[in-house]
Amino acid sequence: MTDEIRVIPPAHDPDDVWFWEGVREGRLLLQACADCGVVRHPPLPMCGACHSTDWTTRESAGVGTVHSWIVSVPPGAPSGPGRIVVLVDLADGVRFVANLVDTPVTTVANGMAVRLEFRDCGGTVLPQFVPADPTADGGVA
Amino acid sequence: MSARPAFAGTTVIAGIGHTEYSKDSGRSELQLAAEAARAAIADAGLTPADVDGLVTFTQDANDELLLMRALGIPEVRFLSRTPNGGAGAYGTIQHAAAAVAAGAAETVLVYRAFNERSGRRFGQPNQRVTPPGWNWYLPFGLDTPAKTYALAFQRYMHRYGLTNEDFGRYSVVARRHAATNPDAWFFGRPITLAEHQESRWIVEPILRLLDCCQESDGGVALIVTRSERAHDLPHPGVTIAAASVDHLVEGSVMHNYYHHDLAEFPEAAALGRRLYDQAGLTAADVDAAMLYENFSPVVFLQLEAFGFCGPGEARDFIADGHIDLDGSLPVNTHGGLLGEAYIHGVNNVLEAVRQLRGTAANQLADPERILVAGGSSGLILEAVR
Repeated sequence: MTDEIRVIPPAHDPDDVWFWEGVREGRLLLQACADCGVVRHPPLPMCGACHSTDWTTRESAGVGTVHSWIVSVPPGAPSGPGRIVVLVDLADGVRFVANLVDTPVTTVANGMAVRLEFRDCGGTVLPQFVPADPTADGGVA
Repeated sequence: MSARPAFAGTTVIAGIGHTEYSKDSGRSELQLAAEAARAAIADAGLTPADVDGLVTFTQDANDELLLMRALGIPEVRFLSRTPNGGAGAYGTIQHAAAAVAAGAAETVLVYRAFNERSGRRFGQPNQRVTPPGWNWYLPFGLDTPAKTYALAFQRYMHRYGLTNEDFGRYSVVARRHAATNPDAWFFGRPITLAEHQESRWIVEPILRLLDCCQESDGGVALIVTRSERAHDLPHPGVTIAAASVDHLVEGSVMHNYYHHDLAEFPEAAALGRRLYDQAGLTAADVDAAMLYENFSPVVFLQLEAFGFCGPGEARDFIADGHIDLDGSLPVNTHGGLLGEAYIHGVNNVLEAVRQLRGTAANQLADPERILVAGGSSGLILEAVR
């Protein structure tokens, strides 16, 4: 199904080029201040807590829960397969936009536990999520 | 109570003007701006030579100096623009009022004009990422404003158990108000809740077509000056009792996803407190509200954030008729951006001015104070009696 999806690829941005390099290596990297340790997303060139411009990356554990979700129907193909867009509250302490895959829409629920996988989406590798327990029927809200 | 800014209570909106609202204006955006500005200057009883400042949106495509030449304004000494599109719409009035109160200008023309339906349509999907920021959204399928906002609205629906039919009750009110406003694109065309529920899904099960604002062509303009000056003008002026923007460190305009719980609208709550402080009022003192609605759920979030009802109570507040013309807090009496037109929210200021002057198509009984807001920018306007 993912092969049918037309994905608009990320563009070059000097403030997040390292993130997409991590994605290509199969790692979800989050930016953390090298001085005070605060994890921040989306990435920024300066720490708003201590003003340090030194930062490091931390590999996400890749687990979290769904804060909210929608089905994004592709423009120009309204009857085509939709993509489930999720806001994931990562256990790392930040919120992250991604897609939920391998999941019937009728089983998606706020609060459901999800885990990270990397998928090739129409030629672009993206961080995606799947239900943490595929036998569960939606989790708790 | 925070300090009252110098402009609050000492500046007025002295004139308003607009073009027709359409889907294809057939003329340039500069012409729309010039026509709206000409009308606003005339409405204020002034001439172009009286205008010495211009304010618009960063997103407005019209060049200030070309507009000056088109209007024959001989000299200006204050120019500024405000960011954030419709969410920042009312920042224009804050800039104009602050400039006037500080003496940087005497009479400021605020304008917004575009061919947003026949030209570049805001509702059409993005086709490429434009940094900074969009890498976190567009590759994952958030390619239209409807999807972008629906991702937050879903949380609101989940927390309070709303369905799309609840949102439809706002759309019915907006279209009913537009139906008796001759300036509205949807003049004479009210809808029923059943028709709302038959309109196609844009983001199922959150937004239908009839939850979305229009895409419109048109121009609007208004004149801001000192209260004292307005005494000599044909209209007594509508007092700017409060004007502000309010942004929070975790916030964003299009992708406001990083607050604790997206069922809340903390920028609007902070803005409301600030506006009430400036004007020395509470929510109970407000007679009507013009609330920016790119999508119907934004009205629900703002009604709660501004304290007109409690969290999760907007559904019943609307269903019980409070926002109707004869309700306790009439909302968007011209039909709003769903019913009248989408001129980036500035047309809502014009409606507040008409209501306070007593010249609105759907005139309320002597409203004295009206809140005009778009989540993170807003005003309280007061009638001069």
